[in-house]
Amino acid sequence: MPVLARWIEAAGIPTVVVTMMPSVAEERRAPRVVGVEFPFGHAFGMPHDRVMQRRTLELALRVLAGASKFGTRVDMDMEWPVPLREAYQAWQPKVASPIVRKLLEAQRSQQNSS
Amino acid sequence: MKVDGFRFLPRTFRPLYEGRGPFPGEEDPVWAPFEKRLAESRIALLTSGGLYLKASQESFDLEREQTHPEWGDPTWRAIPAAANRLDLAVAHLHINDEDLLADPEIALPANTLAQLVGEGVVGSATSDHLSVMGYQERSLEGWRDKTVQELIVHLRDQNADGLILAPV
Repeated sequence: MPVLARWIEAAGIPTVVVTMMPSVAEERRAPRVVGVEFPFGHAFGMPHDRVMQRRTLELALRVLAGASKFGTRVDMDMEWPVPLREAYQAWQPKVASPIVRKLLEAQRSQQNSS
Repeated sequence: MKVDGFRFLPRTFRPLYEGRGPFPGEEDPVWAPFEKRLAESRIALLTSGGLYLKASQESFDLEREQTHPEWGDPTWRAIPAAANRLDLAVAHLHINDEDLLADPEIALPANTLAQLVGEGVVGSATSDHLSVMGYQERSLEGWRDKTVQELIVHLRDQNADGLILAPV
């Protein structure tokens, strides 16, 4: 996604990436980054929490329109209101994704051979 | 507060993301200044949540991803800004989609943006927002030359002054 932002920005359209992994977006050289410490799949907040979603979107708009230089990152000062263990479980798919299955199999075979 | 980007990620996957640096050829800064006032600007949203209109659009291709785990469907869908929650479906194998189906605003806050437009904070929203399916970074094939070029044409057609991208 940071690369997508770069290509669109290079075409003259300003971008901001709202992401759970802001340090990765920085490494991938996204022009503007808003960091959120929310579970994957929830970039703008909790379902049906209009206040949280609005605050996140407003921050994204402020960074989009107001950042003065490449590499600007602003983190959202808001904690996820669900206990970590529960939230960590809840965002994950019920069946592991194909790439995760493949990686887990590779890790297992590496462990077995060492 | 500094966001811990790995708080919700299984520990074993952290090295897949951390410390890998930019993609080759993507090291230099890119910058398009945001020239207008927000209240005079038209804003578009893009999600990688795999949202599509279930009545009129094809799903993203999950079958091929099942057999080619490092591949992700690089196509895109235009989602009308006024689309109803019940018009939307989700094609994504990397997240539990229950919350997204219950409230698509968590990934594509079209109604919240419309509210800010109504209040005069933002000038306008594009009539369509954009949806892709995540997981494009492992294989950029098809993205730079096709998908992104189409997205840029679409954004220009819609007179977008800025784009908010939200990966899932």
